[in-house]
Amino acid sequence: MLGQIIYAVPFLAQGFAVTLWVSLLVVVLSLIAGVLLGVGLVYGPAPLRWAVRIFSDTIRGIPILVLMFFVYYGLPAIGLHLPSFWAAVCALTLFKTAQVIEYLRGAVGSIPKGQSEAAMAIGLTFRQRLTYVIFPQAFRRFLPPWINGVTDAVKGSALVSLLGITDLMQAINQVIGRTYEAMPLYILGALIYFAVNYALSLASRRLERRFSFIRE
Amino acid sequence: MGYALNFNLIWRHFDKLWGGLLLSLELAVISIAVGVVIGLVLAVWYVSAGRVVRAVIAAYVEFIRNVPLILLVYLVFYGLPTVVDLAYSAPTSFVLTLSVYSGAYLVEVFRSGLDAVPRGQLDAGKAIGLTPWQRLLHVRLPAMLRITLPALSNTFISLFKDTSIASVISVPELTFGAQWINFNTFRIVEVYLVTTAMYLVTGYIMLFGLRLVERRFRAAR
Repeated sequence: MLGQIIYAVPFLAQGFAVTLWVSLLVVVLSLIAGVLLGVGLVYGPAPLRWAVRIFSDTIRGIPILVLMFFVYYGLPAIGLHLPSFWAAVCALTLFKTAQVIEYLRGAVGSIPKGQSEAAMAIGLTFRQRLTYVIFPQAFRRFLPPWINGVTDAVKGSALVSLLGITDLMQAINQVIGRTYEAMPLYILGALIYFAVNYALSLASRRLERRFSFIRE
Repeated sequence: MGYALNFNLIWRHFDKLWGGLLLSLELAVISIAVGVVIGLVLAVWYVSAGRVVRAVIAAYVEFIRNVPLILLVYLVFYGLPTVVDLAYSAPTSFVLTLSVYSGAYLVEVFRSGLDAVPRGQLDAGKAIGLTPWQRLLHVRLPAMLRITLPALSNTFISLFKDTSIASVISVPELTFGAQWINFNTFRIVEVYLVTTAMYLVTGYIMLFGLRLVERRFRAAR
């Protein structure tokens, strides 16, 4: 039993690398898209605000799995042919983007209006107000939930296995298909996911404490 | 070349989606009910227990919360029967998994709620001569429920969405129904539009109902 599992370790490691790669892509892409759309939601003109609000509330209201099947099977129907890897990354990114929009809205919303007004009064442009006044203060509010969300991205990446992508989850299932050692391999997989995510949540807790000295 | 929407086949097989939605709700309600019991018992135990019990409960919570649900679903359905002499159907297996999963999230919700009950209320309970048991039942738990209601609503709705994972072990709930129609009729865009609408409407009805409960109890304060 142990021999078969050790034999499978390089294969599992490849799957694990895919899991990390998917998670990293989703986290980075959703951070960029989410911050841009979040700024649009807070400061944009009314039509943009509604569009972002509808996007965010719709995406967050459906299961990631449904979103993933929708993107994967639905995009070819409208003429877009993405490889399954990118379809999966695209769906997970859409979902995460909606979350990042909400983190950003919450963080920016917690900054007192006076800060913005004071910055305006000393003649800062919109971009300067964001980079020098609002974002530095909103950052500590944004960071802890966002890092918590990173663990969600790692967990969510396990769903890409359903599109036939050989991530850690799929690698485990394939090794079980060969060896019939279901329980040890699932437990091993759980421990790997746990190690990554627990490390991330410890980091998030430490950061929260790091910023907790700032009072309102 | 455009894609012409045609919902006829969806309506012809709508029973797959409707029956699926009902099963999704059933899975969610049972799992949440069991999860609430697990969560309440462990949270109350946690705040009054010694170091060892606390460590065990914390280990359960942290383990479940840091592992993907889909892996737990596989583990319980395909893995567990190979080591224990148990036989259960896919829906039972999923309910078992989601209960243990929701329990871990709810322990956290309830525990932080118990911590947030003002110390003065407990002291007041002591001052009028309530036993520890009465203080828990009549002072701490009601106050805790009021504090945790908003967080509870969010957890419930996200657990309802998590029932879609049951489709991976062929439980015929809503997502499974959608996939069935997808593969058998190829009306892909239509079926996922309808499914999305069904999840959204159900989720928002739940949210609306839970908000009403929240308002009702906020007024009672």
